[in-house]
Amino acid sequence: MSFDVSTPTGLLQALGPDLVLIVGAMVLMLVAAFRPESAGHQRRVGLMALGVLVATIATMSWYATNASSTTVHGIIAVDGFRWAVNLVFLVGAAATIALGIEANPRDRIVAAESHVLVLFATAGMMVLAAARDLMIVFLGVEMMSIAVYVLAGINRSSARSAEGALKYFLLGAFSTGFLLYGIALIYGATGSTHLGVIGERIGTFGLAGHGMLLVGVGLLLVGFAFKIAAVPFHMWAPDVYEGAPTPITAYMAAAVKAAAFAMFLRAWLEAFSLLDGSWLTPIWWLAAVTMVAGNAIALAQRNVKRMLAYSSIVHGGYLLVAVAAGTGLGSAAFLFYGIAYTLATFGAFAIVSVMAPTGSRGALIRDYEGLWTTRPWLAVGFAICMLALLGFPIFGGVGFFAKWYVLQAAITSPRELTPLAIVLVLTSVVSAGYYLHVVRVMFMKPRPEDADEPGPVYPLTQAVLVGSVALILLLGLFPNTLATWAKDNALGARPTAVTTNAP
Amino acid sequence: MIGQEVLPLFFTFHFYLFGLVALVGAIIFVTRKSPVAAAMWLVVVMFALAALYVMIGAEFIGMMQVLVYAGAIMVVFLFVVMLLNLGHPSELGDMRGRFGRIAAGFVGLGLVAQLLALSRNALTPELVLPVGAALPAVDQPGGIIGPVAAPLFNEYLLAFELTSVLLLVAIVGAVVLAKKRSA
Repeated sequence: MSFDVSTPTGLLQALGPDLVLIVGAMVLMLVAAFRPESAGHQRRVGLMALGVLVATIATMSWYATNASSTTVHGIIAVDGFRWAVNLVFLVGAAATIALGIEANPRDRIVAAESHVLVLFATAGMMVLAAARDLMIVFLGVEMMSIAVYVLAGINRSSARSAEGALKYFLLGAFSTGFLLYGIALIYGATGSTHLGVIGERIGTFGLAGHGMLLVGVGLLLVGFAFKIAAVPFHMWAPDVYEGAPTPITAYMAAAVKAAAFAMFLRAWLEAFSLLDGSWLTPIWWLAAVTMVAGNAIALAQRNVKRMLAYSSIVHGGYLLVAVAAGTGLGSAAFLFYGIAYTLATFGAFAIVSVMAPTGSRGALIRDYEGLWTTRPWLAVGFAICMLALLGFPIFGGVGFFAKWYVLQAAITSPRELTPLAIVLVLTSVVSAGYYLHVVRVMFMKPRPEDADEPGPVYPLTQAVLVGSVALILLLGLFPNTLATWAKDNALGARPTAVTTNAP
Repeated sequence: MIGQEVLPLFFTFHFYLFGLVALVGAIIFVTRKSPVAAAMWLVVVMFALAALYVMIGAEFIGMMQVLVYAGAIMVVFLFVVMLLNLGHPSELGDMRGRFGRIAAGFVGLGLVAQLLALSRNALTPELVLPVGAALPAVDQPGGIIGPVAAPLFNEYLLAFELTSVLLLVAIVGAVVLAKKRSA
C-alpha cells in the first residue's frame, strides 16, 4: 500500500502506528484519571499500556511489510529504517512498563500516569524516527523529552529523584535552545526545514562552506550530544540515572538514546552528507573523547546504577563511531547495536531493580558480592548482561557481534576511520575493568554476613529478565538473522520509491 | 467593518476615545505603586489597543491581542506578582536612589525627543496607508484570517497537531508532578 503523504489523508494513513499509540495513550490518560490512585489501579493501567504497545507493534508490523510512500519530499518518511527503529522503542517501552508495574509499588509510586507518560514519550520517539522535517524533529524531541523529565522525577518521596529530574529538566531545556537555534540558522541558510530539500540546496547552491549553515549544524550537533550524553555534554547523566526509578533509567539509557541517534543519522545522511569535511572532525573527536573519558570514569564507580550510567555514555560513544561512518552500513550497524544494547540494558536493570528494591540501598557493587551463593540465577543473568555490554564473544551473545558490525562499518567507510576503530577496541578492553569486576565480585567473593536478601523476582520482571537474556544468547548463536534484518532496513536500503506491493 | 469612509465622525470619535483610554491607562499604569493595580491598568491599555486594531480592519490581531496579551500573559504577570511579593510594593521599585531617578529622567527625555523628531518629519510613502484603502488581505476569500489558516491546516497540519499533543503531554506531566498525594 502506497501513501501520498503530501495530502492530509495520506499523511493520516502513513502515521497509522503512531496514531494507534497516541490515541491509546490519550484513552489510558482518561482511564488513569478516572479512579483514585492506588497500587491496584497503577497495575491495571500498566497492563492496559502493555496492551496498547502490543496493538502498536501489530499495526507497525503490517506497515513494515506493506507501506511505502510516493511523495518525493514527504514531511515524514515511510521506510524500513523508521519501522526498525520503532521496534527498538516499542520493545524498550514494553520492558519499561513491565518492570515499572512491579517496581512502582516498592518505590511508593502510585501515579498510574507514569505508564501513560512512557507511552507519550514513545510516541514522541516514533515521530522523531519518522520526521524528515526539522520542525517535526523538534516537536518529536520535545514530546519525548518533556514526558521523560516528568518520569525522572515521578518518585516524589525521593530527594535524589527530584534533584536528578530538575538537573535533567534545566539542562534539557538548555540543550533544546541549542537545537532550536541550530534549526533556525539552518533554515536561514537554506530557506527550508525539510531534510531532503536542505540536502538538495546545499548541493545546488554550493552552500557546503556557508558560515551560517555550519554554525547551525554545529548547534544541532550540540543539542544532539546533550541528548545522548556524549562527553563533554554528559554531566547530567549520572545524577539523573541514579535518581530516576530504575525502569525509567533503563528507558532513558536505551530508548531515548536510540531515538536521538535515529534522528541524527537521518539528518546526517539525508540533509548534510555533503558537509562531510566540516563536521566529520567534531563527531570524530566527540566519539573518541566519549569512549576514553566515559570508560575512565566508569572504572571509579561504586554504585551499579552510576556505573551503568557511565556505561551508557560509553555506548553512546561506540554508536557515534557508526554515525561517523556516515554510510548505510553505519545505520545498519546502529540498528543491530540498538537491539543488542536494549536487550542487555533491560536485562541488567531488571536485576538492579530486584537487588535495590528501595532506592539507594543495595545499589552498590559491594551489595552484589557473593550473589552466586544465594541467588545463582540472578548472578548468571547479570553476568550475561555485563558480558553482552562488554562485547564478549560467545558468553556475551549478541553483544560481541554488535561491536563487530560497528567496527566493520567504521573500517569499510570511505572516511578512513581506522584510528577511531582502534580507539573503540582499546577502550572496550578498558571497559572489561568494570564489567568483569562485577562478575568477579558476584562469583568469587563470599556473601557478607550483613548483606540484605535481594527482593523476590515477580513474574513480569522475570519475563523481561528471561526474555532479554534468552534473546541475547539466541541472537548470539544466530546473528545473521538480525544482521540481514538490519541491512534490509538501513537508511537508503529501501528508497522512497515504491518497492513492495506495487500494484 | 466600520471603516473610516463609511461613518467618518463615528470612526474619528472612537479613534480618539480608545486612543485617549490607551494613553491615560498607560500613564496610570507606570505611576502605580501597587503591582497588582499596575497590571490591571495594563489590561485596560491592551483592550484599548485591541479596539484600535479592530477599527483598522485587523480583527485577527485585535482578537489575539485580547487572548494572548490581555488574557494569558497578564494572568502570568499577576501570578508572579502574587507569588513573589504581595503587600510590599516599596521593595519592587527598580528605580532606587537619586542616580536611578536621574538616569530614568534622561532616558525618558531622550524618548520624547525621538518621538517629536519623528512626528515633525512625514512618514516615507510606503508606510502610509492610502486613505480609504482596505488592507490587502481583507479582500481575500478567507478574510484576514485566511492567509493564516490555509498554511496552518495544509502545509503545517502535522506540526500543528503534534503541537497539541505536546501541550497535552506537558499538562499531564505538570499535573502528575504537582498533584497532592493523599498518602
